[in-house]
Amino acid sequence: MTDVTLTKKDFTSDQEVRWCPGCGDYSVLSTMQAFLPELGIPRENIVFISGIGCSSRFPYYLNTFGMHSIHGRAPAIASGLAISRPDLTVFVITGDGDALSIGGNHLIHALRRNVELKILLFNNRIYGLTKGQYSPASEQGKVTKSTPYGSLDTPFNPVSLAIGAEATFVARTIDSDRKHLTEVLRQAAAHKGSALIEIYQNCPIFNDGAFDQVKDNETKEGSLLQMIHGEPIKSSTFGVIRDGAALKLVELSTIDESQLVIHDAHASDPSYAFALSRLSGSSLEHTPIGIFRDVERPGYSAMVNDQVTSIIDSAGAGDLEKLLNSGDTWVVD
Amino acid sequence: MMHMSKPTVAVKSVIIRFAGDSGDGMQLTGDRFTMDTASLGNDISTLPNFPAEIRAPQGTLPGVSSFQLHFADHHVRTAGDAPDVLVAMNPAALKANIKDIPRGATIIVDKDEFTTRNLSKVGYETNPLEDDSLSSYKIHAVALTSMTVAALAALPLSRKEAERAKNMFALGLLSWMYHRPTEATEAFLKAKFGKKPDILEANLIAYRTGWNYGETSEDFATSYEVAPAHMPPGVYRNIGGNIALAYGLIAGAKQAKLQLFLGSYPITPASDILHELSKHKKFGVITFQAEDEIAAVGSALGASYGGALGVTTTSGPGIALKSEMIGLGVMLELPLIIVDVQRGGPSTGLPTKTEQADLLQVMFGRNGESPAAVISASTPSDCFTMAIEAVRIATTYRVPVFLLSDGYIANGSEPWKIPDVTVLPDLSVDFAKSQEGFLPYDRDPKTLARPWAIPGTKGIEHRIGGIEKQDKTGEINYEPANHDFMVRTRQAKIDGIEVPDIEVDDPTNDAKVLFLGWGSTYGPIASAVETLRNNGEKIAQAHLKYINPFPKNLGAVLEKYDKVITPEMNLGQLAMLLRSKYLKDIVGYNMVRGLPFTTAELVEAAMGVLHND
Repeated sequence: MTDVTLTKKDFTSDQEVRWCPGCGDYSVLSTMQAFLPELGIPRENIVFISGIGCSSRFPYYLNTFGMHSIHGRAPAIASGLAISRPDLTVFVITGDGDALSIGGNHLIHALRRNVELKILLFNNRIYGLTKGQYSPASEQGKVTKSTPYGSLDTPFNPVSLAIGAEATFVARTIDSDRKHLTEVLRQAAAHKGSALIEIYQNCPIFNDGAFDQVKDNETKEGSLLQMIHGEPIKSSTFGVIRDGAALKLVELSTIDESQLVIHDAHASDPSYAFALSRLSGSSLEHTPIGIFRDVERPGYSAMVNDQVTSIIDSAGAGDLEKLLNSGDTWVVD
Repeated sequence: MMHMSKPTVAVKSVIIRFAGDSGDGMQLTGDRFTMDTASLGNDISTLPNFPAEIRAPQGTLPGVSSFQLHFADHHVRTAGDAPDVLVAMNPAALKANIKDIPRGATIIVDKDEFTTRNLSKVGYETNPLEDDSLSSYKIHAVALTSMTVAALAALPLSRKEAERAKNMFALGLLSWMYHRPTEATEAFLKAKFGKKPDILEANLIAYRTGWNYGETSEDFATSYEVAPAHMPPGVYRNIGGNIALAYGLIAGAKQAKLQLFLGSYPITPASDILHELSKHKKFGVITFQAEDEIAAVGSALGASYGGALGVTTTSGPGIALKSEMIGLGVMLELPLIIVDVQRGGPSTGLPTKTEQADLLQVMFGRNGESPAAVISASTPSDCFTMAIEAVRIATTYRVPVFLLSDGYIANGSEPWKIPDVTVLPDLSVDFAKSQEGFLPYDRDPKTLARPWAIPGTKGIEHRIGGIEKQDKTGEINYEPANHDFMVRTRQAKIDGIEVPDIEVDDPTNDAKVLFLGWGSTYGPIASAVETLRNNGEKIAQAHLKYINPFPKNLGAVLEKYDKVITPEMNLGQLAMLLRSKYLKDIVGYNMVRGLPFTTAELVEAAMGVLHND
């Protein structure tokens, strides 16, 4: 813990922020800068590592340690750092192209290992930095520069993907909802292993309004299925009930609210969180928001370092001379 | 050792090749014979040669695995051109190897395996043991399988299990022939099969039965003795290149007082370095088996960023995948060691065979002007020395360093005089300290290295990345003059790395022709030079271990000789670098057969250059 209390200003670097006017990245940055002092972690022990894409400029604007790396590889670099330096708090900043397309492999493996990384996936469902091609999160039929007749690919649901990859903490939030985003960051920071946070983020240039359904005042209350641990999962009009082993959406007016599923973020069976993640489609009409899954499993870096420590404790520290002289040796006089 | 009663003949050197099915245990047999031979004080060089398939169909040519060793009462440089003895465990092993065996050599075969079925599998129309085709060799047709099975009849083993011990019968027989001590192999078997008493008993009985067979059978009238070689006094062990390289990395990290972090993805023939380092966690070594080659080098770079010694180990295809990350390492100016144990290429190529064709890939295989240091090991034990050198260069200059090895020295072995750990160089590093006005790209004027500024250091928080940076501040900068300056500075840093001068061996100092090699061609070249000089030829030899940058005296060395011959297991990659830098013509001798050069072919190549003008 620090001896002085830090403020948002302490976490703001001297670099001029260069995202497009109106970009959702601004509010995420501002929320992060305001949130970091709350962690009570000295600036020098925090590292932001990003890949390539608009959101990956993020580390430049935070007065912590930071690395703007190469496309898709941030989780790999961050894993090496986190494993060799368990004393650090490591964030990964990535986007839907960076994390789900070119870097998909690193994302799923970091999650399955449960490396102590807080991964912020800025999902704007488009390639922004390369000026407007469809992404692996774009809805099917998307007309973009590279798909003038509409995209044919089925998109990834990043939350389903993360749960399938054995993630221990998976959440979804929205760029403009500071309060919600802050709360999700808080929970993620308290989590011991990997945390994946999908942030719906508006790209005003190439995919403007993609998330209006869950942002506009007229539609958001009816679209966002709030997931709060210990409380029923519902929007203003719809709720979630069990249907055998599956989950189902129902209009609140047609049921008794006591039938609603009470959210259990700590459920050990991932099929529950997975079922929640499947309630939303590309249309966003019914979008679960909040923490899908938050379960305990030993962090990878902790296990790696514990293994080394326990071997040294039981066998003693390595002796180079002994090592070189091991096996069959002979003396020449 | 057991008592021997038959006449003994002293010989100066012997080359034995053990060959059999890839499931026959030939590598283990060869390894054990090597260990027992090394401990007698002979000098040795070995060459394992095995197929990429783990178990190709039994008894077929593609499934043949072999292990050759050369031992002598004098210094040996290579595993030898032509075996004096071939041990062939089946017709496939005989057929695959007979072309390398000079007439008059001894061939020991397992005659039980020469069945009609096995013969036809490899296209023998008649049994070579019965027709006259092998009449110019000394053939010992031994019922290896049936004698092994008979000797183990009392043990509760299936026939298959009993047959599996036949390699130990062969080892026992060869140990008798060459007076090898038996204690170490018996101890080895006890350690290996201690938990399976029946299998242990089977192997011990087969081993002793093979030895006794040599002693009692009339088929073997003579045994041979090879006196110890004269070697400098010291404690020795036998060592292979991958193990030596792993030890060198551990030693280098210790001398630098850094945690060794290996990020690696399994690939032939480099995996044994990962296996070895993963055993040595008590040295604080972290081994991370990554999801792919990119993550392997990425995690190593991340660890270096945090102040560890980041290392990745791979072979050619892995380098291709890692290239972009290595470019980031060039840009971030962080220490990073990339070990390339080269194999035959392109693409998957010849995974288990040796080649030197990655040199230009590691020199230039990245986008932009992206210089990195390149050094190379020349023998199995030299991998230890050069791994420490890789640590020195990476940490002093904060650059990616390629350490080149290849399949030949990775899997080959030689006796190694174990170094005194107290005289290893001090490689301590300084991390940037807490300070005001920290500049992440302010350079040490001598090395041009930037500060190694690791997270956790108060007051020097900063951001770096793959985008071009402003001199000193490290901030993003796209200005033309700045980019030009930074490109030239990164190049100047590599060019300025201090490396030792290349040494030239030219005893009379008036040779006109220089043999100049790099990497694993050292042994064959040295052997050829020895032969040439014994024949009265004058020839100089020099071996390059530092390729980027080249040693400062290299230009003068090249200038001194009328002709320079450079043998490479590629189509002339070092020759291309030398010609372009020094405008000196180089006579290439280039073969890419997946095998090291023979002494004889290099002698012939040199004779052509020495006498053809």
